[in-house]
Amino acid sequence: MDENTIREKIRTYITHELIRDPDYNLADDEGVVTGGLMDSFSLADLGVYVEDEFGVYIPDPDLTVEKMDTLDLMVARVMRDLQ
Amino acid sequence: MTDSTQPITLLQPLLERQNSDATAITYVATDADPITVTWRTFFQQVQRYQHGLVARGLAAAPAPGEQNLIVIAHTQSLESIYLFWAAMLTPHTIPSMFPTLTEKLDPDVYTRNMAELVTNSGVKAVISTTEFAPTLRDVVPCPVYTDADLLRDDEHPVTNADPNPTEIAFLQHSSGTTGLQKGVALSHQAVLNQLTAYSEAIALTERDVIVSWLPLYHDMGLIAGFLLPLVRGVPLVLMSPFDWVSHPAMLLRAITDYNGTLCWLPNFAYNHMARRVRARDLDGVDLSTMRMFINCSEPVYHESHQLFADKFADYGAHSQMLAVSYAMAENTFAVTQTPPGTRPHLDVIDRRQLEEQQVAAPVEPGTPNALVQVSCGPPIRNVQVHTLDGNGAKLPERQVGELAVTSDSILTEYYKRPDLNPFTANGWYRTGDMGYIAKGEVYVVGRKKDLIINAGKNVFPQDIEAIVNTVEGIKPGRAVVFGVPDEREGTELLAVVAEITEADPDAHQRIKKAVRQQVTRQSTVSVSYVTLVDAGWLIKTSSGKVARAANRTKWLQQQSS
Repeated sequence: MDENTIREKIRTYITHELIRDPDYNLADDEGVVTGGLMDSFSLADLGVYVEDEFGVYIPDPDLTVEKMDTLDLMVARVMRDLQ
Repeated sequence: MTDSTQPITLLQPLLERQNSDATAITYVATDADPITVTWRTFFQQVQRYQHGLVARGLAAAPAPGEQNLIVIAHTQSLESIYLFWAAMLTPHTIPSMFPTLTEKLDPDVYTRNMAELVTNSGVKAVISTTEFAPTLRDVVPCPVYTDADLLRDDEHPVTNADPNPTEIAFLQHSSGTTGLQKGVALSHQAVLNQLTAYSEAIALTERDVIVSWLPLYHDMGLIAGFLLPLVRGVPLVLMSPFDWVSHPAMLLRAITDYNGTLCWLPNFAYNHMARRVRARDLDGVDLSTMRMFINCSEPVYHESHQLFADKFADYGAHSQMLAVSYAMAENTFAVTQTPPGTRPHLDVIDRRQLEEQQVAAPVEPGTPNALVQVSCGPPIRNVQVHTLDGNGAKLPERQVGELAVTSDSILTEYYKRPDLNPFTANGWYRTGDMGYIAKGEVYVVGRKKDLIINAGKNVFPQDIEAIVNTVEGIKPGRAVVFGVPDEREGTELLAVVAEITEADPDAHQRIKKAVRQQVTRQSTVSVSYVTLVDAGWLIKTSSGKVARAANRTKWLQQQSS
């Protein structure tokens, strides 16, 4: 799966399932937790999603606001394990 | 402690164990090794902090018969725990735990609220982290210390070993707009009465191990997940709620590693763990040592219990472990408890009769309109529960009314609020919860006032509406906030519907984001749904106010169509 597909899948997941606003235009570098769009519950959600969808297991110490706050960070983290 | 001799004050059990090398607390975290604290170390640290408090003049009564209230607005940490006990050991000083300032919160709003609380409740000192103390110091009209400011090299001799048992031991602050929160004042005697009766209800023994991620500023975290183990001499395994919420499996690993037997959880936590613990995180997890997972502090969904029991059945969990308690800060903690080793009773009633006649009429499962209510169990030994009608008269079984409580673990007063009398003329505390009693067991069906319980936190919709009303583009006074029960999450989610002044779709995105951001930054909750509507959409009452219930119904109908 290429980077762009992963990016769009995660973007769709966040806007549909976590923010619950499919019309929301989520920018790549937008802080989703620090920007108040979703809370830290959602990090656990993302952990499950990327494992189910891309087969990438992100260990707990990496599932933090600091390391997973933007789409760019999430995609980079998933790509790191796919390559 | 299995004997029935109840200590006289909360300090006595701690003093008795000060030379013990048994483990008192183990603190676990995702990014650090566990820290184990013996009773001896625990007591020494408490005395070192006590020395700091005494040195800052907090051992002197501010006026005859008055106490120094100190607010501990620190992280969930060993430091805040030591400080809590240090304050109780300091003569004329009482602590109250508060949420800390975090990066997510707006520092201006947080400090303004804290300043209001300090003024309204006569707070004598606030203790915060090194990171946030300077921010608070600029605004809060009392001394602000860091834990490091108060930690002395040497221990202070115990000076408050023998307070009057009827003296206030600490406050538990209720939810709501921070500056206006009510401080629930509890005496040593009331808390000990609760701990003794509650220990009986859960058959607590020295072989138990309590595992908790619950915040210490919440009654369930403070009493069940903190004072109960420390006063009764039961080991506690503690973690931070912030850490747990992002890494829910850490609770299950802690239970496995330390042979946990008891754990209190709000309903959403069952869903959170069932849905968000990954298969790989379950390697080696063994929950078979558990006696009870006690569901408490928000409405119990039978489905959440089923989901949890199914998900973790292969790891030693079973449905007899899933217990329920109905609790509130004003009664120190528990009002009821389902007995250990039994499933909570399920009461299948007719939804229509409940709504139209306020009667819980039993029906066969599967009947149209059947509604499953989960029992909260019978009142614990020292508590009596009645259901009252609007005039305060006692109702018979299965009639829905306001739940009222009397006990010997009830609050003394709301701190420095002589205008608020918590009791009826007969000495009962009216809870604001609506429910019924059947075969001596309590069932909670709703609330008297608009109150949302989101992930165990009480949220007043008017507080959130006030935040939304300040967002640019929202018509002031034209925002409504309500709760939407969500079976997937096992809690009520927050929905905002607001009328806007802008027609431009680009502006909509900005407004929606601002609503979410402002609520997150100014409160302890997040918004799940933001719906912007044109002027005139919201239904108003005859007095021109926004009608919450009617707008909620209208919004739900639109969502389902």
